[in-house]
Amino acid sequence: MNTQLLLSLISGICISGVAGYLGTLMLSKKMSVIAGPLAHLALPGAAIAIIFGLSLFVGVFPFVLLGTILIWALERKTRLPMENLTAIMFAFGVGTALLILPIDKADAALIGSINTISPIETAVVILISLSVIYMTNKMYSKMMLTNIHEDLARSSGINIDLYNFLYLLNIGLVVSMGVYLVGGLITAALIAIPAAIAKNISSDLKSYKIWATISGAGATIIGIFLNYFYNFPTGPLIVVTGACLFLITVSFKILKHE
Amino acid sequence: MLLKVNNLSVDLDGENIIKNLSFEVSKGEIMTILGPNGAGKSVLIRTLLGFLPHKGEITWDKKYKIGYLPQGLNQLLTKDLPLTVKDFFNLKEPIPDKNEIVRYLSMVGLKEDVLSKNTGNLSGGEFQRVLMAWVLIGDPDILFLDEPTTGIDLGGGETIYSLLKKIREEKDLTIILITHDLNIVYGFTDKVLCISRKEHACFGKPHEVMSPQNLEDIFGTKLKYYEHK
Repeated sequence: MNTQLLLSLISGICISGVAGYLGTLMLSKKMSVIAGPLAHLALPGAAIAIIFGLSLFVGVFPFVLLGTILIWALERKTRLPMENLTAIMFAFGVGTALLILPIDKADAALIGSINTISPIETAVVILISLSVIYMTNKMYSKMMLTNIHEDLARSSGINIDLYNFLYLLNIGLVVSMGVYLVGGLITAALIAIPAAIAKNISSDLKSYKIWATISGAGATIIGIFLNYFYNFPTGPLIVVTGACLFLITVSFKILKHE
Repeated sequence: MLLKVNNLSVDLDGENIIKNLSFEVSKGEIMTILGPNGAGKSVLIRTLLGFLPHKGEITWDKKYKIGYLPQGLNQLLTKDLPLTVKDFFNLKEPIPDKNEIVRYLSMVGLKEDVLSKNTGNLSGGEFQRVLMAWVLIGDPDILFLDEPTTGIDLGGGETIYSLLKKIREEKDLTIILITHDLNIVYGFTDKVLCISRKEHACFGKPHEVMSPQNLEDIFGTKLKYYEHK
């Protein structure tokens, strides 16, 4: 196996596995709409990185972080529905990107660049993935309880604002990495699809988490190999594979209930 | 006195919800908060729990362990999650060990085998029992119950209140609850605090304060209660 393929696989598995795991917490309506706009906020960052020849992550992360903080702060201050705020962020991200993104070099920002990821970038991806897993593990029960009922969580001494922020921060990190893998347009799918697959086939929380991580990583492995042999772009292949896996699990679920 | 509330006022989004409310709760008492929709009953509980800013004094005589079942905590909220009863208990901190969970489940009339069931597949009564075990498991000194589903028959002829009565024989609990059910107020509680949208409030033993006139003042309509003796 050549080194570049290995680097792509390692970083791809890390990013999609972590995204799948984190996605299992995106159950409440409020949270499920966030990843998309954040990923689109990555586009202006990606444009700047491309213009100045920087690593994508360096350009993307500050924008996503800023978007995360903005959404968190605006939601607390304005009490506007999250759907409304994220729609604004979404438009802001895409609009700014369209203004500054050099269209002839837009591939990396739009559909990812996992095939050219460097050893250093791979090391950073591994490090960030481990940190996200650690943080997500720490806050999992608290976030799940918050998802069920905020006052129940509050009465258990959980600082909901703090955990919502940490959660958004983790989404920001995953989205920033996701741009490498599948590009800014479809990063949200990395977070949303594996959880949906896992929900179809799990009966308890443990298997739900495991299946989301496995199906996220699995779709990425299939996508990267399909690209290796057939040369279609990797990012869309990963997301379409994930969507196919989802449809398969839906069919199983329907058959099981009949 | 376990809890003393003096001249409590709560404003939310510029609107005055609770005005100059005073009452006391002693250790081991059951107090019902009675009032029409929108009178601020849930706001009062959430204020006592420290979730909302307020004016006036709320004095607890010491730090207590609190158990709270908020309004609207129903099965629908967990129905779409792959969450077993065991998973639900594991969301508590510290995570209770299995023997402890089983002990509390048996206290509310459930067997161990319910642990592996998905919360969405429980009957309404079973889910209420699980909630009760969940809230009791940290051994709270005070329970806040915001409209626990009154109508639900938990199975075996029990209601949430006969269950609570049974649990109170085993545990020393102070209970503050919201209900619209006047039967519960008479048959189950030591004190009643009535609040209404019009500043009218009453506080005392159910038989003393729940006169037809008081009920009319609170609910804004003629109500008559016939006590079942």
